[in-house]
Amino acid sequence: MNLPTLESINLAASLPVLILAGWACLLTAIDLFISPERKHWTAWLAVLGLLASGVALGFEAVAYSQRGAVSAFGDMAVVDGFALFLQGVFLLSAFLGILLALNYLPRHNIERGEYYTLLLFTTSGMMLMAMAADLIVVFLALELLSLPLYVLSGFAHPRLDSEEAAMKYFLLGAFASGFLVYGIALTYGGAGTTLLSGVVEALVGGGPAPNPVLAIVGMGLILVGLGFKVAAVPFHMWTPDVYQGAPTPVTAFMSVGAKAGGFAALLRVFLIAFPATGDTWGVVIAIIAALTMILGNVVAISQSNVKRMLAYSSIAHAGYVLVAVAAARYPEVEPLAVSAAVFYLLTYAVTNLGAFAIVIALERDDGTGVEVEDFAGLAKTRPWLAIAMTLFMLSLTGIPPSAGMVGKFFVFQAAVQASVGDPLILTVTIIGVLTSVISAFYYLRIPVMMYFRDGEGQANVQPALGVALALTALATFLLGVVPAPFLQMARHALLTLAG
Amino acid sequence: MAYEQYIAIGILIVFSTILALIVVFASRILGPRRPSPKKLVPYESGMTPIGPAMRRLPIKFYLVAVLFILFDVEVIFLLPYAVIVRRLGLYGLIAAGVFVVILTIGLLYEWKKGALEWE
Amino acid sequence: MDGLFSIVPLIILAPFTGVLINVFFGRKLMPRRDSVAPGVIASSMAGFSFLIAVLMFFALLANPAGAEVPVLTWINVGDGDFTLHIPWTLKVDTLSSVMMLVVTGVGTLIHIYAIGYMHGDIDEKAASRGLEGEEALDFKRRRYARFFAFFNLFLGSMLVLVTANNYLMMFVGWELVGLCSYLLIGFWFDSPEKNEAGQIIGVLNSSAGRKAFVVNRVGDFGMLLAIMLIFWSFGTLEFDDVFARAECMIEAPQAECLTLSAAELAPQGEGEAAAEEHGEGEARALTTPIALGPFAPTLGVVVTAITLLLLLGATGKSAQIPLFVWLPDAMAGPTPVSALIHAATMVTAGIYMITRSNVLYAMAPVSGMVVAVIGGATAFVAASIAVAQFDIKRVLAYSTISQLGFMIAAVGLGGYIAGIFHLATHAFFKALLFLGSGSVIHGMEHGHHHAHGQGEHHDAPHGEDERPFDPQDMRQMGGLRKHMPVTTWVYIIGALALAGIPPLAGFWSKDEILLDASLNSTLVYILLTVAAFFTAFYMGRQVFMVFYGSERTEAARHAQESPPVMTIPLIVLAGLSVVGGLINLPVGGLHPLGRWLEESVANAHIASFNILVATISTVLALVAIGLSYLLYGRKPLEEGEADPLYSTGPVFTFLNRKWYWDELYAAIFVRPYNRLGDFLANAVDWQFWHDFVHDRIIADAFQGWAAILSRPIDLGIVDGAVNGVAQLVESTSRSLRRVQTGYVRNYALAVLMGVVAILAYLAIRFLV
Repeated sequence: MNLPTLESINLAASLPVLILAGWACLLTAIDLFISPERKHWTAWLAVLGLLASGVALGFEAVAYSQRGAVSAFGDMAVVDGFALFLQGVFLLSAFLGILLALNYLPRHNIERGEYYTLLLFTTSGMMLMAMAADLIVVFLALELLSLPLYVLSGFAHPRLDSEEAAMKYFLLGAFASGFLVYGIALTYGGAGTTLLSGVVEALVGGGPAPNPVLAIVGMGLILVGLGFKVAAVPFHMWTPDVYQGAPTPVTAFMSVGAKAGGFAALLRVFLIAFPATGDTWGVVIAIIAALTMILGNVVAISQSNVKRMLAYSSIAHAGYVLVAVAAARYPEVEPLAVSAAVFYLLTYAVTNLGAFAIVIALERDDGTGVEVEDFAGLAKTRPWLAIAMTLFMLSLTGIPPSAGMVGKFFVFQAAVQASVGDPLILTVTIIGVLTSVISAFYYLRIPVMMYFRDGEGQANVQPALGVALALTALATFLLGVVPAPFLQMARHALLTLAG
Repeated sequence: MAYEQYIAIGILIVFSTILALIVVFASRILGPRRPSPKKLVPYESGMTPIGPAMRRLPIKFYLVAVLFILFDVEVIFLLPYAVIVRRLGLYGLIAAGVFVVILTIGLLYEWKKGALEWE
Repeated sequence: MDGLFSIVPLIILAPFTGVLINVFFGRKLMPRRDSVAPGVIASSMAGFSFLIAVLMFFALLANPAGAEVPVLTWINVGDGDFTLHIPWTLKVDTLSSVMMLVVTGVGTLIHIYAIGYMHGDIDEKAASRGLEGEEALDFKRRRYARFFAFFNLFLGSMLVLVTANNYLMMFVGWELVGLCSYLLIGFWFDSPEKNEAGQIIGVLNSSAGRKAFVVNRVGDFGMLLAIMLIFWSFGTLEFDDVFARAECMIEAPQAECLTLSAAELAPQGEGEAAAEEHGEGEARALTTPIALGPFAPTLGVVVTAITLLLLLGATGKSAQIPLFVWLPDAMAGPTPVSALIHAATMVTAGIYMITRSNVLYAMAPVSGMVVAVIGGATAFVAASIAVAQFDIKRVLAYSTISQLGFMIAAVGLGGYIAGIFHLATHAFFKALLFLGSGSVIHGMEHGHHHAHGQGEHHDAPHGEDERPFDPQDMRQMGGLRKHMPVTTWVYIIGALALAGIPPLAGFWSKDEILLDASLNSTLVYILLTVAAFFTAFYMGRQVFMVFYGSERTEAARHAQESPPVMTIPLIVLAGLSVVGGLINLPVGGLHPLGRWLEESVANAHIASFNILVATISTVLALVAIGLSYLLYGRKPLEEGEADPLYSTGPVFTFLNRKWYWDELYAAIFVRPYNRLGDFLANAVDWQFWHDFVHDRIIADAFQGWAAILSRPIDLGIVDGAVNGVAQLVESTSRSLRRVQTGYVRNYALAVLMGVVAILAYLAIRFLV
């Protein structure tokens, strides 16, 4: 057996994750010595960590453009374009997540330094997830991603609904993790290895494949575990309760980060380890995608609480990305579908964080003020806020000029290409287009409220929130009108076999 | 297909289940039963039981239990490391060092948060 | 002269500059209540655009082939098989130049008119809200600047649409004008809407805007599908390339044509013309297979599908059956908006789009027939509805739908020149009629104020006024000829032009459409002829009701002529309505517009003048006007007298209620959709999924199963030893419920169901 060596870690390539995780540990200790009135220091220190990680990521991206993908931690992780792009998305989301919370936490009397350290921990989990090339690392990253989120959901303790959210999320999350581990174990039993590249060899027949059936059952269970993370039907039921109960900045970050993390693993595991059984999981994922889009969009119509509506909306958006995942099983469509998926995740991240920033601005100190009616008359009292919210809603619907339109366009483009010879994907694509038309119904309710109903829309935009809003609105708009450079970046987000 | 290798474990499962059932049922059916109140009392180390078994414990016990598990796991991880410490060389030392440092930060955290104070 | 083409981006830049100025400085530019700076800025920007359009016209005179002027690259991604390259390139050719001239020319006049009209309109709205002094001034500043910002935005967007050189850019303009339409329909979003009896029914103008938006989305859906299908089949979205490749695929297999571009085909121009002659009369069998996903339909099927989907888009924007219902409601917007957007320009986008795609329509005769029949039916239905309306603007709205139907029928029958010709003349006289009606409304409101004093407001019924005051109700007008002479004369000119009386503009263009119809389809010809008869009748009815007879209300008695800033554009438009026919005069084989359009519309054909068709339509129009004189002119309506058409009973009600079209849609789409949403949310997700599936089927079955298992245990077979499973599950679920609301159990069961379903599928796939 080969013993691991220092060189095999490939410290340089995994530096962004290591910096962030290490800094999170250190910050946990440092935070102990920061007095309760100065917790914003912790926030800025956390931003510093994100920045350092971002710089390392930048160097790594430059290096990648010159020498291509490399593996790290033995062959258990791989740094490729896919990982780098998503890691960038995660860092950006975490940065916005901190900006959203900076004024929110003291306003709600729940300012504790742990928010920022836990955020760093979960972000490092997501980043690890993006580069995982081994099922064990997938599980490790998933737990590193999830556990801090369980705590963060209950961060508004002693508010009861927040505690309830944490409890539900934890119980169901543990349940789903159980399926994932079981799936991994069965896959190991079937393929004799947990390396993704090893699994594919075993399944294709090149390696020692004692039992492909076990591996395929394992694959199904892995799909369950990851489907839970991305809130796909029928593993979605925790989403509305948890999103509604958790403190809003946590919801914002969770809806973006955890989902993208789940998709990172889903894409890599299924495209690298199980391409040979694509006709099987392709069908399952396509059906799940259809159910997810239908349920998310239809149920969102009857919601009056904006946080809950955005929760169903986030379920629906998971469905759109799943369409891309299902399409990616065709090798000739894979590059397009993968880049469409990651680009969609980027557009969804900036748009949704922006939408939640507005919800935070409207939320009153007692947690009320997030009903649809509370947006009435906002155009008169806060015109810029209303414009930004309109932009976000347009983007979520997929109407130009906004990021969401470009994202949807490319997902459907990939799906249409994949539907060559696959009527199921064609059907799912049509369902996707139809449901996105339905979605206009509930998204556009908010602009209608803001512009055409009288009311005293109140909002409280503090500086950090304002910066976050400006950034997300600008990004949503720019991604919508000049998407080309980002699309080119996404086009480089290709999956690579480890090694 | 290569399912034959599972036959042995299948036979084992079936037979152990049957055997367990036989043992349980045999004592039920064959053994005489003359219950009395004293006999039906739950067994509690030979002492007379006091109060209901489901009692609320201070949450601190759970905290301590969790902390115990944490450091228990630390030991479990360090023991196998100790066995092959020489073969792993510098790499192993650094890995174990990182592991211990992380746990130490955890210890520092719970210490400062007062989790180790009883009251 | 070719260098001149390169300045064409200014035509779009100017209105957008106007938008920015009015958005950021509009309010500061209005120190006093009678300031007009925002309007002047917007109008001069429109005028500048018109100037550019004229320059483009001269440039095209020198070089009729036109030019494509690149502005920037919008989307450029992909490699290998998948490439999507969407530049923003402005296309200047004879077709787009006609559109540019009409849009900017009529647009400029309406901008100028709006300077005056919006002053009165905003003052009126401010007074009806009881705003005074500084408050009223502030209100006026906001609304005045906002109106002209939106108006310029519309102009710029419309120009984006007509100058696009590919379908996606056209779609961008298409959506932008839709947005402007939505914003401007809902311009008075905070005013109560009144029903026909004048009662406030509590609906906001914004609901009209929303209706327009939603209905248009249905059309846009078709358009988007068409664009996707085009890209899928032809691998490009640029007009010339799409058409070149489509033509190429008639002869060659798909793969060979996919790399072709229009430039490469250009030298074969003559061959193309030959193919056209060859195709004349005999239907070409388009059997080339096109690879589309799992299917490989023939070229003919694909092109038919594309053209039908484009038609769906056109029925949305150009208000045709089945999507015309939004346009009458859109009259809630201020009158200049109705004139510019909902009569002269935006609604003609569908006709422009079909004309632009004429190569595709020529390849799909079935679609062409569908287009023509839809146009003819719309022309007929809308004209019949217009006969029975009382709102002066609603009559014009249905008239617009009807005239758009004429144009759609024309382009459907291949009469692209006739369609575009009518589009231009219709823009002149319909803008004139709308602005004239605006002048009437303005005068009526003025008279109403005068009659009832400045201070008191008009919601209270006043003396002899049985109905509450409604400045748009024709029954409350009458005799305005004496008070508003200029408006009366220009209105009559517009009405005669619309009715198709020679030698006014409408006669020539309508005649050309009828001629095309008479040659190609008897059904469409009959529909259009009847529609033309109705047209002349309702215009006669309107003119006699509004301008002749005696005044029926106090407001009408005190009505006043509008200021010159409003009447001068009216006079200019009246002049254009008289001489507009010259642009395509058929006499002596002139056909200037036909020769002009032939340069860019491949399938254009010039129709000759037919004296028989012209005579029939003229005689019918005169008879209709005579009939309206008998009913409304000889013995004018008196105060409180009912319309003579009431005597037709149910027929009148049927027409007055617009063939019950809205009610039909409410019954077929709106209510079932709402019910479905409720049903899915409540019944399916909550009652069925949560309550029934989880609680009943799964939980109860599980517990029932546990009960069955535990019964033998209770009977003493096993007794307490192993009643584990059931109790464990029960106690776990109970403790979970104690921890939380209890729904976690349901959620976990859902996960479990998913697991079972997935594993069952895998098992079936691999083990069976």
